[in-house]
Amino acid sequence: MTLYTRDLSVGYRRRGRPDKVLARALDLRLRPGELVGLLGPNGIGKSTLLRALGGAQPPLAGQVLLGQRDIARLRPQERARRLSLVTTAAPRPRLMSGYALVALGRHPHTDWLGRLTDADHAAIDWALNAVKGDELARQPVAELSDGQRQKLMIARALAQQSDVMLLDEPTAFLDLPRRIEIMALLKQLTRTTRIAILVSTHDLDLALRNCDRLWLMSRAGIKAGAPEDLALDGSLGATFRAEGLRFDPRRGSFTTDAASGARVYAPGESEQAIWLRRALTRAGYELAKKPGRIEISYQQNGVAPNWQLRVNARESRHATIEAALKTLERETR
Amino acid sequence: MSQLAGKAQASDFRRARPIGLEYSGAKPAMLPLLLALMGLLLLLSLALGSAAIPLEQIVTVLLGGEADHASWTNIVLKFRLPKTATAALAGMSLGVSGLLMQTYFRNPLAEPFVLGVSSGASLGVALVVLGSGAVGGALLAGLGLAGDLLLTVAAGAGAALSMILVLLASLRIRSGVTLLLLGLMFGYLVGALVSLLLYFALPERIQAYVNWTFGSFSGVTAAQLPILAAFTLSGLLLSASLVKPLNALLLGEEYARSLGIDLRRTRCAIILATALLVSAVTAFCGPIAFLGIAVPHLCRGLLGSSDHRLLLPGACLTGACVALCAALIAELPGNNLVLPLNVVTALLGAPVVMLVALRHLRGVE
Repeated sequence: MTLYTRDLSVGYRRRGRPDKVLARALDLRLRPGELVGLLGPNGIGKSTLLRALGGAQPPLAGQVLLGQRDIARLRPQERARRLSLVTTAAPRPRLMSGYALVALGRHPHTDWLGRLTDADHAAIDWALNAVKGDELARQPVAELSDGQRQKLMIARALAQQSDVMLLDEPTAFLDLPRRIEIMALLKQLTRTTRIAILVSTHDLDLALRNCDRLWLMSRAGIKAGAPEDLALDGSLGATFRAEGLRFDPRRGSFTTDAASGARVYAPGESEQAIWLRRALTRAGYELAKKPGRIEISYQQNGVAPNWQLRVNARESRHATIEAALKTLERETR
Repeated sequence: MSQLAGKAQASDFRRARPIGLEYSGAKPAMLPLLLALMGLLLLLSLALGSAAIPLEQIVTVLLGGEADHASWTNIVLKFRLPKTATAALAGMSLGVSGLLMQTYFRNPLAEPFVLGVSSGASLGVALVVLGSGAVGGALLAGLGLAGDLLLTVAAGAGAALSMILVLLASLRIRSGVTLLLLGLMFGYLVGALVSLLLYFALPERIQAYVNWTFGSFSGVTAAQLPILAAFTLSGLLLSASLVKPLNALLLGEEYARSLGIDLRRTRCAIILATALLVSAVTAFCGPIAFLGIAVPHLCRGLLGSSDHRLLLPGACLTGACVALCAALIAELPGNNLVLPLNVVTALLGAPVVMLVALRHLRGVE
């Protein structure tokens, strides 16, 4: 089932003042089997958009459609059968097992007492298995790590067997390996189940690597497309320029603007040269393509110290990259 | 091979208990134990008292017969039975409403009175006792039993009125925290009015008001009992219909909504259930503060679960047991001294809850 928006405006109604519109006239489309990343600077309205898409907040104008039905007209239980949600903070209910937590995802399908049928149990087992969380079933949720609980929350959303899953910064509190794991998991789920997943995230790099499409949210609205197209046409860079982030289309990643921006020539394909260029980028220098005012290189044959730095014909030698960077900073200040 | 066997076992276990308690560490077997304990306490409460009546005589009276002495029949039917039933019903009401509030507000400190029921009731009582002036005072003193009834009606009206206000407010607000704040502020406001009345009241009137705040299970007559029972039962039935939303609310309001819960309807139903459960009890028995916060904690500790399909009957039984215990201790047999109910519940109950909290509250936040 496809999630559409038709001329959707989202934001807040304010008493006695005009509405605060965060985005207007959106015509978006989230298709089955698609992993879409919602990217944009802080405070641009990603969460508000997700709440509107999930039916938790009425839109200022326009409609959100699931299949042919307006989501605002769906009864809560019907909506929950079609659409599931995962938010940033995984709750920590006490005296509840992982299995019971995932079982809550069956609520839209069970009777008034929440009794589980064999089909419900099968769905719960499948969901636990899909997030590789089988061993979490027996454990008390309150004693699990943030990452484990978030995996269970995703399993709970899967157990809902919805057509669409919305995730609002699900990895914000997790460490890097867990973020990589969860993004890969989401991608795999879209492939195996045909579920449509929309995930808002600040992990630009992971989104670029995993998402089928991106929705770039900025003051101008939302620009949708394949990550690669958005990188090539400059949209990615434009979206985050305001946040002090610079997108480097050649490297496919973002750097901060904080640095002096001096251009440094650091040639070579050796291991040392690659790590040297990483260090320069990290410190905020731009890499020059041709020899220029500043140059650093690694002298393999020379006597130690090996890192040779030349700034305006003034040469110095350093034992470590760290020392070379320090001198470079002093010289270019 | 052994793995396969384990899997088969797990699924057998599941079929045996289709509500999803597996792996949860829950102890549903505690429920029949609590039921048996409640039965025992009911009997004790009927059997013990200032007059020594043989147990078989009591059973005879309860089965509709006549005791050897007419006064025994009278004592059992007019005093012990209403008091026992009131204690059990009040315990159930306060236990369950405390559970509703703690789950809805996701706060282990929430209790049935956070929404201002007891404040409303106390204002009603204070107006009648303190504010009725010389004429009203003479009226109260002269009427005796009817004066008690007047107190009950005043407390009930105050409680009902405050709950209607909260219910109206709940239709307009978006989240539980706002409701909690409104309830607390309402409590302060009404508390100030009561203090004002106390400040200008005559000392003997103040004593009458203070007596009401002590709480008692003995004030309900056999004729009034069906009213209390009707309120309690309807509140319990409404609560029973809410077990699924309550379980979903364990994850917070946002997740509950995403699981298909109609938040507004659920909020109103929870407040209505609390109103039914608490306002009648407060009107008849006074503000019995402690049971509502203590019973849910005891009950979770005993059952080892947060599943309301267990907790709701559990809070019912635990509440009745604790209330019956407190009533027994307050009127220790062989002793003419009757302690205020609220003194007993807090003095004995608080240490128990502290122990339970230290064992089970770890890792709440």
